[in-house]
Amino acid sequence: MTNAMELYQMLPKTNCKKCGKTSCMAFAVALMARELTAEDCPPLKEESKYKESYEKISGLFKQSEGATETGLIVHEDLCFGCGNCVVACPPNVANDPYGVGSGNAPTNVNKLVLVIEDGIVKAQNLGECRRFGKNKILCNGCIVTCPVEAIEFV
Amino acid sequence: MEKNYYVCTGCGMLCDDIEVESEKNIVNKVYTACRVGVAHMKEGKESAAFRIDNKPVDEATAISEAAAILKNAKNPLIFGLGTSTNETQKLAIELAKKASATLDDTSSFCLGRVVEALLHNRFKVCTLDDVRNKADVTIFWGADPSDSHPRHLSKHSYFPRGTEKQRGWEEERTAIAIDVRKSHTAKICGNHFFQIPPGGDAEFIDALIAALAGKLPKTSYNFPPKRILELANILKGAKFGVVFVGLGLIYSLENIEPLVRLMDALNGKANFHLIPMVGHYNMRGFNETLFEETGYVNSVKFEDGTVKHGPEYSIVESLKAKTVDAALIIGSDPLSSLPRSVSKNLLEIPVISMDPCETLTSRNAKVYINTAISGVESGGSATRMDGVKVNFKPVVETTRLSDEAVLKKIMEAL
Ligand code: SF4
Ligand code: SF4
Ligand code: SF4
Ligand code: SF4
Repeated sequence: MTNAMELYQMLPKTNCKKCGKTSCMAFAVALMARELTAEDCPPLKEESKYKESYEKISGLFKQSEGATETGLIVHEDLCFGCGNCVVACPPNVANDPYGVGSGNAPTNVNKLVLVIEDGIVKAQNLGECRRFGKNKILCNGCIVTCPVEAIEFV
Repeated sequence: MEKNYYVCTGCGMLCDDIEVESEKNIVNKVYTACRVGVAHMKEGKESAAFRIDNKPVDEATAISEAAAILKNAKNPLIFGLGTSTNETQKLAIELAKKASATLDDTSSFCLGRVVEALLHNRFKVCTLDDVRNKADVTIFWGADPSDSHPRHLSKHSYFPRGTEKQRGWEEERTAIAIDVRKSHTAKICGNHFFQIPPGGDAEFIDALIAALAGKLPKTSYNFPPKRILELANILKGAKFGVVFVGLGLIYSLENIEPLVRLMDALNGKANFHLIPMVGHYNMRGFNETLFEETGYVNSVKFEDGTVKHGPEYSIVESLKAKTVDAALIIGSDPLSSLPRSVSKNLLEIPVISMDPCETLTSRNAKVYINTAISGVESGGSATRMDGVKVNFKPVVETTRLSDEAVLKKIMEAL
């Protein structure tokens, strides 16, 4: 994944404040935190000389679309499908106690946040993830149980 | 709706909750299995292959050549069978009797001694389901299931809820890793990881036994006694403990007596069971089947209706001493897995290789028979690492013969 410095390099670096932030660096940080998107910087969006950067930044955040609300990213190359995160994820346990909660195949995948497909974990229904929504908490169930750091929140 | 589950034969866990989508006998999608299992299930190829001296031949020619090799040999070696069904293993024993063969499997240089001891009731044992339902303390010793048996922790040993473990792993379970390196499993165990030097297992066992008895634990490598005492305290408090014994521990012990002493000491203070971390999906099945038949788990020689047993009948020793004059290798690749100094003697005798995959052994074999992948393209029964029998059906169909069918044909041709 990228970091704020890399994003900053792609911005106009004029500190014009049109985005509502005090500087381009502050805007980059807001991008990382997913508070703002590339569209919120008018020069970047409108001026043709920034076209390439605009598309690149938009693309970067598209990659993790579907996970953007919670910022959950799965590194598919690292994940080997052990299922630790699936079995430890609190909403998974609550919604399917005798299936994944007990180490078994899911009885109903529709309400699960994490499932294993073709040997790799897939994140879905992120509305159920404890990191999401009004009562969100900094759950780290899927991070501490992963042997290879394949799940990350950005 | 009742779901249609398959069994994965990718490792000794024999996970029985795998959903598969397939079309025209090709596996498209696999659910719940780990990456190892998915690769195993998608391995299938279509065409049958029979080869002599690496040249394609028909089935009848390959079978009769294989039978001729066994017939002409005075002491053929039959080896492998860790990825064959119980039914195939029984046939192989019959074949070994008929051909006056030496019969052995990989357990003679890995976990055989442990399985033998537990079949002689020297350890208290339990099933993986008991572990899930009851275990509060688990030790992974010289084992890294996160790599070798990827779903071990999630399906049985650490993370799942069980009938008597409803509050979850953080509150109700303690996982401990004892190993020479910080493995992926050790990482999960966090502060309960005890790193010992290579070969330091026997001393660590003695130190732990001392600590359990309230004495000061000492090791020549100065492992902090305080930490061993802490470990002993955790173990003493276990209501249902399990020791998962891996290759790392077995390779470092000259014999299993220290392990027997440790289990006895643990059971003097608490309640501890042992499960061997069997890698191949049915190595334990081979050990049990042969044990029922002969009283031994591996390394036997059949002759005139009698059976002899000893290290000299293991694959390593019999190849070293050049006492075997032909070999039938089933689902194993000793040319890659044994040290060169031993395996090179295989190149001097006629070898029949039966394997779903091409291997170094199959490429150097006189006769090669490409068999169906057991558990994916052919069914049967097997014995899980904890001794539980598991039946399975094939996931897809193939034109290739199962190893069971090939052995039957060789028997008939003999
Ligand atoms: S609007 Fe764009 S150029 Fe202006 S400060 Fe914000 S990021 Fe920088
Ligand atoms: S953060 Fe918690 S709730 Fe969200 S996916 Fe991970 S384990 Fe599940
Ligand atoms: S993300 Fe990590 S814990 Fe989850 S299945 Fe993949 S490897 Fe296992
Ligand atoms: S843990 Fe072993 S048996 Fe289970 S899915 Fe993975 S390879 Fe197959």
